[in-house]
Amino acid sequence: MPLFDQLYNFACWLAGDRTAAEDLVQETFMKGLRGFSSFRQGTNFRAWMYRILRNAFLNSQAGLRATVSLDDEDQATLEPETRETPETILLAQVEQDTIRAALAELPVQYREIILLCDLEEMTYSAIGETLAIPTGTVMSRLSRARRAMRGLLAAQAAKGAK
Amino acid sequence: MNCELCRNQLDAYVDGELAQQDFAAIESHIGECHACAAEALRRMQLKRATRDASQHFTPSPELRAQIGGIIAPKPTSPNSPNSQRSLLWRPAFAAVCALLIVVAVSSMLLMHHAARHQAMSEILDLHVATLASPNPVDVVSTDRHTVKPWFQGKLPFTFNLPELQNSPYRLLGGKLVYFHDDPAAQLLFEERKHRFSVFIVQDTDSALLKPAFSKLSGQSRERGFSAESWNAGGLRCTIVSDAAAYDVHQLAALMRSAQSQ
Repeated sequence: MPLFDQLYNFACWLAGDRTAAEDLVQETFMKGLRGFSSFRQGTNFRAWMYRILRNAFLNSQAGLRATVSLDDEDQATLEPETRETPETILLAQVEQDTIRAALAELPVQYREIILLCDLEEMTYSAIGETLAIPTGTVMSRLSRARRAMRGLLAAQAAKGAK
Repeated sequence: MNCELCRNQLDAYVDGELAQQDFAAIESHIGECHACAAEALRRMQLKRATRDASQHFTPSPELRAQIGGIIAPKPTSPNSPNSQRSLLWRPAFAAVCALLIVVAVSSMLLMHHAARHQAMSEILDLHVATLASPNPVDVVSTDRHTVKPWFQGKLPFTFNLPELQNSPYRLLGGKLVYFHDDPAAQLLFEERKHRFSVFIVQDTDSALLKPAFSKLSGQSRERGFSAESWNAGGLRCTIVSDAAAYDVHQLAALMRSAQSQ
């Protein structure tokens, strides 16, 4: 099944729960099949499928709890205190578990955009299509998300150094 | 460009999303500013580390079978009472099959593209890291008879280097690098102010990354860099540089000629 493994991984990161992720993936494939006529040939099929999954997540209980102000770019979003310095972020030494913990700690709108960009390697345009936001917003949100991620990793590194 | 402007554009730089002009401006600044070059490298490392760490959850075979069962057509006996009605579903069944084929082909194309993109990203990261380093090569020499023997005992293969006396290119040296577990030669050349990295890796069935690296072929552009890749005598060679594609191709022609000797 195309995109099955990737969609499941993405769903787990969004929902934070395997059972909820399984429901999301099942709903995504069913909606994808039913609504294939609405898919416009020539547009990005992958972005279309991820968008279905994300919408399913937003409509779930977990999604409603996690994304109260998802698209409000003007509203100040909670960011971890940034104490990054070149010395504290020695990424070659950062364990994968540490990165996963930081990723899981991020607000969902930061987590999803980092996953779409770094893991799924989508272009900014495809990310915009998936999240239904303009490319400029993709860039600013991604920048804030990475800053928050670096802040969390730096905090972890500082804690480990003590 | 100053450091603040550079830092603001570094995310787009590591994501390969900058326009050619902005990309050139960042490259120029990074070439002179070690702090920004180090920051660019850190962001590339974080991007790669995040990619590796976030590929974490694997679906169970039960879920795969369950969803496969939902989207797959149900077989019916020709003698069953439903067989007549099932004829009505044949167009729908054909449409679903066509959809699955379209999706499978799209998926294969995407996987091919992703594997190629990943291999090229690793090569570009190595090239950028080399240029940012104060000691870009381990053997510093313009003499091919010094650089080539330096790799003896370090690589499970050997290669020829071209005579550059009547060409605009100059050999600066080389070093040993690894693509995951496979050792490779990285050679650094110069033409005017442009630097060229030539990567040579064994292209055999045993090479772990063969499927990805074998997808690198011909000329391409990635993040504004020019690249050219080819296979010669069981070795896969890839050249990357910020120079024009024509200059990369000229150096590739010299390398090809040396390999065929």
